[in-house]
Amino acid sequence: MKDNGPFLQVSNLSKRFGGVQAVDSVSFELRQGEMLGIIGPNGSGKTTLINLITGFYKPNAGKVLYQGKDITGLMPYKIADLGIVRTFQMVRPFYQLPAFKNLIIPLYSPRVKRLAGGKYGDRDAIAIDLLEEVGFERESLVPYKITSALPHGYLKKMELARSIAMRPELVILDELFSGLSMAELASMLPIIEKMISEGITIIMVEHRLKELFRIANRVIVLNHGTKIAEDIPKDVMKSEEVKKAYLGTEVT
Amino acid sequence: MKPAIGMKYRKERIDRGIKARTEDIFALLSFREMLYLLAPRAILLLAVFITPLFLGMYGKKVLINTAVFALLAMSWDFLISVGMVSLGQALFFGVGAYIAGILNDSLKWSPLFTIPIATLGGGAICSILLAPVLRLRGVYFAMVTLAMPLMLMRIIEATKIFGGTEGLHGLAPLPGVWLELYLSLGMVIAVLFFLRRLINTDYGLVLSGIRDNDRSVLSSGINIYWYKMQAVFVASAIGAFAGAFMTHAYMFVGMPAFELDYSILPIAAGVVGGTGTFAGSMLGAFILVTLSEILRGVGGVRIVFYSVFLVIFIVVLPEGIFHYLQRKYHQFERWVKVEE
Repeated sequence: MKDNGPFLQVSNLSKRFGGVQAVDSVSFELRQGEMLGIIGPNGSGKTTLINLITGFYKPNAGKVLYQGKDITGLMPYKIADLGIVRTFQMVRPFYQLPAFKNLIIPLYSPRVKRLAGGKYGDRDAIAIDLLEEVGFERESLVPYKITSALPHGYLKKMELARSIAMRPELVILDELFSGLSMAELASMLPIIEKMISEGITIIMVEHRLKELFRIANRVIVLNHGTKIAEDIPKDVMKSEEVKKAYLGTEVT
Repeated sequence: MKPAIGMKYRKERIDRGIKARTEDIFALLSFREMLYLLAPRAILLLAVFITPLFLGMYGKKVLINTAVFALLAMSWDFLISVGMVSLGQALFFGVGAYIAGILNDSLKWSPLFTIPIATLGGGAICSILLAPVLRLRGVYFAMVTLAMPLMLMRIIEATKIFGGTEGLHGLAPLPGVWLELYLSLGMVIAVLFFLRRLINTDYGLVLSGIRDNDRSVLSSGINIYWYKMQAVFVASAIGAFAGAFMTHAYMFVGMPAFELDYSILPIAAGVVGGTGTFAGSMLGAFILVTLSEILRGVGGVRIVFYSVFLVIFIVVLPEGIFHYLQRKYHQFERWVKVEE
């Protein structure tokens, strides 16, 4: 890691859709190896912010610096190629194929080839190993099952495996925990903790606050596209403004 | 067997042994299974290469025409597999046809050279023409592909280049109808097996990924526009081959090479036969062209009958004929009593 500035620096990022200011001058910094949580009520601009960082939307104003390099407005595949990998809230895998085939696409990417020294290796075998790593039981042949037969929890884990397959430096998880049962969640947390221990920097957009607060180092709160709080998990909900955003104001 | 009325039954579908055991990885356990896998392919090959022996001159010409439409249909189907809806197979066809025609007319090159050059050159030219619009999706991409051949047609008409409205006449023929026949049919089979193989490789998986979830492919660090361009090259090279072939088969190339027929019939073939398998769109082309020939006898109302058939196909078998046949081949069906 270079010591010339933060790992990721987002400054005054803004995005407008017609009359709606979806993200309004949001700034934050991220150190390498950190685990940052982004929370906020529905429609507060969390996913838009992710889309801005990963290049799916072009910002109206503001800058994103990644390891000192300006990546504002780059194509999404170029940003992914630099090692910023995101997951999607809605999983749309190849339902008709065996589960492990879903990891072939990231394993086919130029980044993976480059990092493996110009060779792809046996993609099928690597894909099955990766799935086993995120909890697809190999003995019961889960990685080989047709994707449509898998429960939702496995699909979310597959989405996580898809990001790990890219050998990422920064992973942005967009509501990874949504729609999971407590048991599925419990099996998901160790995987994320393992990613953190391996030095992967993580941004996590989440509605499941309890679980997020357990693993996050720092939390940002968005409301109506603006950052209203930034603090360590223990203290972030103490802010009056955050309470208002989540619980509403009293009618007087 | 249909059960007696008054009792509640439902249809049960059971995969045949080899299909149930396997999805795409399998070991052949007996000659019977080998036959099970080989039979459809063998029947296709035999049908394609033996039928011409029983046809008269007219029948042979119709079959050549069919092969050309089958190539265009597979080319359309391939673009669909990558998520690009094309309404302009005529662009590929016309560009290939004109390249072959111009090379033969001005440089007197033999078809032996003009056809391969037109195939690759046509692929390259069409890829460059469509490169700026690869970011468009769905209907927007479709509209551009629809407009392009019509635009080229009008350019040729207005500027009177390449023979203008007259076209280029007296081009070199292919040596003999048998060569025409087996070249076109051989190409149909080659393209069919090539595309079916290609789409099942990891490369093909990336292409299907672009159709199903292009954002996910993008976030895997893959430049989907470059992949789309490659797909357009493959599809347009197939179409350009068909065009170049027709130029020499007719010894003529003119503005009709950009005719709407070459765009619409392949789509109809794909829809009737079923998309995604290439065999379906090929089968569709054979059915539609044959149907059109059979209906030639009924005169002016031919197009009405033709349309009615098309509607019936689509309403009765929306999945496509090939998918239907494939299902019947891979599954048993039986009636089972419904437990009350």
